[in-house]
Amino acid sequence: MKNAVGYHSQQAHGFWFAHRLLILRRMSQVSILLLFLLGPWLNIWLIKGNLSSSIILDTVPLTDPFVFFQLLFSGHFPQLNAIIGVTIVLAFYWFIGGRVFCSWVCPVNMLTDLAAWLRRTLGINTHTKLSRHIKYSLLAACFIAPVLLSYVAWEMINPVSLMHRGIIFGIGYGWLVLTAIFLFDLFITRHGWCGHLCPMGAFYGLIGRTSQVKITASNRDNCNDCGDCYLICPEPHVLKPALKGATKNIPPIITNSDCSNCGRCIDVCEPKVFTFTMK
Amino acid sequence: MAKSKKVSRRQFIINSTQVACAAGVATSFIGGYAAQANSSNAQALRPPGALTEQDFLSACARCGLCVQACPYDTLKLASWLDEAPNGTPYFDARNIPCEMCDDIPCVPACPTGALDHELTNIDDAKMGIAVIVDRSTCLNINGLRCDICYNVCPVRDKAITLEKRQNPRIDYHAILEPVVHADACTGCGKCEHACITEQASIKVLPIELAKGKMQNHYQLYWQTEQADQLNKQPDLPKLNMAKPE
Repeated sequence: MKNAVGYHSQQAHGFWFAHRLLILRRMSQVSILLLFLLGPWLNIWLIKGNLSSSIILDTVPLTDPFVFFQLLFSGHFPQLNAIIGVTIVLAFYWFIGGRVFCSWVCPVNMLTDLAAWLRRTLGINTHTKLSRHIKYSLLAACFIAPVLLSYVAWEMINPVSLMHRGIIFGIGYGWLVLTAIFLFDLFITRHGWCGHLCPMGAFYGLIGRTSQVKITASNRDNCNDCGDCYLICPEPHVLKPALKGATKNIPPIITNSDCSNCGRCIDVCEPKVFTFTMK
Repeated sequence: MAKSKKVSRRQFIINSTQVACAAGVATSFIGGYAAQANSSNAQALRPPGALTEQDFLSACARCGLCVQACPYDTLKLASWLDEAPNGTPYFDARNIPCEMCDDIPCVPACPTGALDHELTNIDDAKMGIAVIVDRSTCLNINGLRCDICYNVCPVRDKAITLEKRQNPRIDYHAILEPVVHADACTGCGKCEHACITEQASIKVLPIELAKGKMQNHYQLYWQTEQADQLNKQPDLPKLNMAKPE
């Protein structure tokens, strides 16, 4: 039987090493959710609201820039709290990597990662090829629709805010949308939602174009061509220039803004090719 | 993206056109769906200070901070296919009405101004307007003394008054009919919550549903300047200058 992705890394460095960033990432996703749930469940209000807009200890506001710009394009100029909040969030993701939101914060990622894992373990290979540019078209639509219709259209559907809001405030029939995404990722298109469709991911990707924290294939000379990074990476097209660009003088740093700094390539690589770096 | 690769002009035009077309299609789908999903159930009321429905939908971040600020669990955040558009706050007065807190905690909690921070006196709130939706089931209008809507009203004698008239069925009994005065009603929903008939006979409706509107060309004689002049003439009977309500 073929070895599972990351087998060699696990054999050489142990389970924890081969999963360390995955575990950290899950802890980050879950603890952010739990922070929001402490209030409603235990009446400990460290943070109120949800990912769309929140306030820490009744003092520091945070506002999601994607939602903020939708409000702006629909013709509403938000109040000071939202402006402060959006500045903080933008600065954070500009520094740490735009799509860090996708892999370290967004709750839908746990769902789509589960679908990807099931695909690998069950050997589901059906894959309808979609352009990775669809998400930009959707992103454009998310900003054009409110201009034309003067209301925030995408937030009627947005599965990301729907899931986070649903976990805190009650999901209602929202699970139908999430099931659809899960099944789409599982049976129709590999990494279909996060990698191809989600306009929110596309938006955070754009923030990340100039972000400071990146992954680099600094030890690419040690690459033994096992291919595990390609198999585990949700956006495998970002790897090739950095990993194999030595002959074309392409620097080893991953510059493609589709990279979500999830760090799974770092985990699964037995010869330790990849590492985080500052730009 | 295209940065690292050389793209021919033709390919660039094809790619851009594809993206533009896809964006157009997506816009119409998203917009069309949202237009459908935008309608609220007539019984879904907005928190105090909410902008008009159209402005509210463009201003609300769907964050739920107002919901968490509400001490009485009145406000709920809608999910997909709920009574109100996805993610927006609403309350169902029959279930839990607005308690009209003096400090209105839900309003300052709003980070975007979808709830107008200018609202500082809860009596000025306009969450909706109470309407006697069925006169045939109202106990008072049937000649009984229920009075509960009148008694629970936080702006009693202004938003709801009991108007005395003769009961036509039994000449010597009176009917005390509850009458809602839209200008004083805050839409808190206490009357609907308290109404003892199986289905509430008085319901709070969103203002857009509850209020009529005259064209501007109607001139009400008691509001015209001529009425002022006429009233100054000593030998004519006086017009009642009080505005309706």
